[in-house]
Amino acid sequence: MHKPTNNGAWLLVVPVVLLVAFNAILPLMAVVNYSVQDIFGPGQAYWVGTEWYREVLGDKRLHEALWRQFLFSGMVLLIEIPLGVLIALAMPRKGWAVSLVLVVLALPLLIPWNVIGTIWIIFTRPDIGLMGYSLNSLGIAFDHTASPLDAWITLMLMEVWHWTPLVVLLAYAGLKAIPEAYYQAAAIDGASAWKVFRYIQLPKMRGVLTIAVLLRFMDSFLIYAEPFVLTGGGPGNATTFPSIYLVKVALGQFDLGPAGAFSVIYFLIVLLFSWLFYQVLQNVGRGGAR
Amino acid sequence: MKTGLARFALAFYLVVLMLPIYWMVNMSLRDNADILSTFVLFPEKLTFDNYIKIFTDPSWYSGYINSMIYVTINMVLSVSVALPAAYAFSRYRFIGDKHVFFWLLTNRMAPPAVFALPFFQLYQTLGLIDTHIAVALAHTLFNVPLAVWVLEGFMSGIPREIDETAYLDGYSFPRFFFKIFMPLIKTGIGVTAFFTFMFSWVELLMARTLTTTEAKPIAAVMTRTVSATGLDWGLLAAAGVLTIVPGALVIYFVRNYMAKGFALGRV
Repeated sequence: MHKPTNNGAWLLVVPVVLLVAFNAILPLMAVVNYSVQDIFGPGQAYWVGTEWYREVLGDKRLHEALWRQFLFSGMVLLIEIPLGVLIALAMPRKGWAVSLVLVVLALPLLIPWNVIGTIWIIFTRPDIGLMGYSLNSLGIAFDHTASPLDAWITLMLMEVWHWTPLVVLLAYAGLKAIPEAYYQAAAIDGASAWKVFRYIQLPKMRGVLTIAVLLRFMDSFLIYAEPFVLTGGGPGNATTFPSIYLVKVALGQFDLGPAGAFSVIYFLIVLLFSWLFYQVLQNVGRGGAR
Repeated sequence: MKTGLARFALAFYLVVLMLPIYWMVNMSLRDNADILSTFVLFPEKLTFDNYIKIFTDPSWYSGYINSMIYVTINMVLSVSVALPAAYAFSRYRFIGDKHVFFWLLTNRMAPPAVFALPFFQLYQTLGLIDTHIAVALAHTLFNVPLAVWVLEGFMSGIPREIDETAYLDGYSFPRFFFKIFMPLIKTGIGVTAFFTFMFSWVELLMARTLTTTEAKPIAAVMTRTVSATGLDWGLLAAAGVLTIVPGALVIYFVRNYMAKGFALGRV
């Protein structure tokens, strides 16, 4: 399916570009400015070149935080995307149950992120929280404030609970957009459920799944409020993700220079990996699935 | 395909999904001392004080009103500028199309913490600090790219023959777009409306940076429950329960769009 060339189509895109550029360009330039200067106060800024970048790139705690982040985001994608697709497949196609399921799915998404962390503090408390109390009654010693492993498990549970519905909603909308005729043709051919999934549903969901993967990667890689509120980055530094460390640098030490350089590097990492995911997902669809 | 096992698994998932929500409701119906001292599955000392406080204290309920105003402006603005742009991306090639398309999404990729300061300066220069418009405009930074991407995905699923047939039948572009094309991508518009609502509703950092009193969002008001005596968990939980309500209404109203799916057969 090739598209006709039409530069007039730019007219339809201009409002979007203007609106986004209005918000994007000046702040980005400002942050890049911070990252190459030493700022003492208004009008007192000195060019320092790549000094902050070298300082940030040599920071061991940042390296650790980044590895932690890759592990976290990798697990997020490996759990949430397949789980989201499976749930979308299990959802009813019509009737009152659809409304019910859609509304229930949306609930975790609608709670402000700082509140989610706060609710989970109580939810996981061994003495007064539903999850913590139940686990302890089963004889499982569970305490995310003391054990790094428990802290990770809690964060992953919270993350999967919070965000899998987003993947489900996207996947479900993608499934609903498949014309009935495809299924009828598959039924005539006597295709198995697996074949229907592999050759009809999965290729047709490629677009929405690309968006789901990119969104979950970007947002989980930038995760801040939930772990900050729930674990504060602890125990020790076990759940100190780059965003938490960044805020410590930026607000704790009032160092706009290193914080700016940190932000630029952080942004470039997210950009690079999102671009790679995008390229891979675009080409996967072109390959076998057609 | 809908086996008993799938139904059971779905029901199980939904129940697990509801557990933390239930706990929030449970907490919202108890007072602070009760929450912190005992574990009870169902509130024994039932109280509605937390909700009464929110509904009678203007500094609380105005937070909900402020959030709803800027979220609604943002949702309408994002979807309406994204619709034509997504159509252009899905139907035509033009200079720089692929670069602009990916560039849009890069605006969701920056860690927000350090960007708060220049954002404040930008909106201060424009004299828009503490207005609903400021937050609504600022949130288009991450919502417009999302809207364009989601809508483009749905539009690309609609065969181009539909457009061509309509033009041959003498439809002008606006008439074709509103009368024929938009009904076809209802699902996508429903999903997009909900997502833009949701991301704007839960965003805290920008909304808090750009407002002081007049347009202060509910999520920022909620951080005030920390006081000298510690956190008021019951009040916070009640406020949390109430933050779900508007969004649940939104998804309830767009559910038909999301559930109807492919409408080609009915054109």
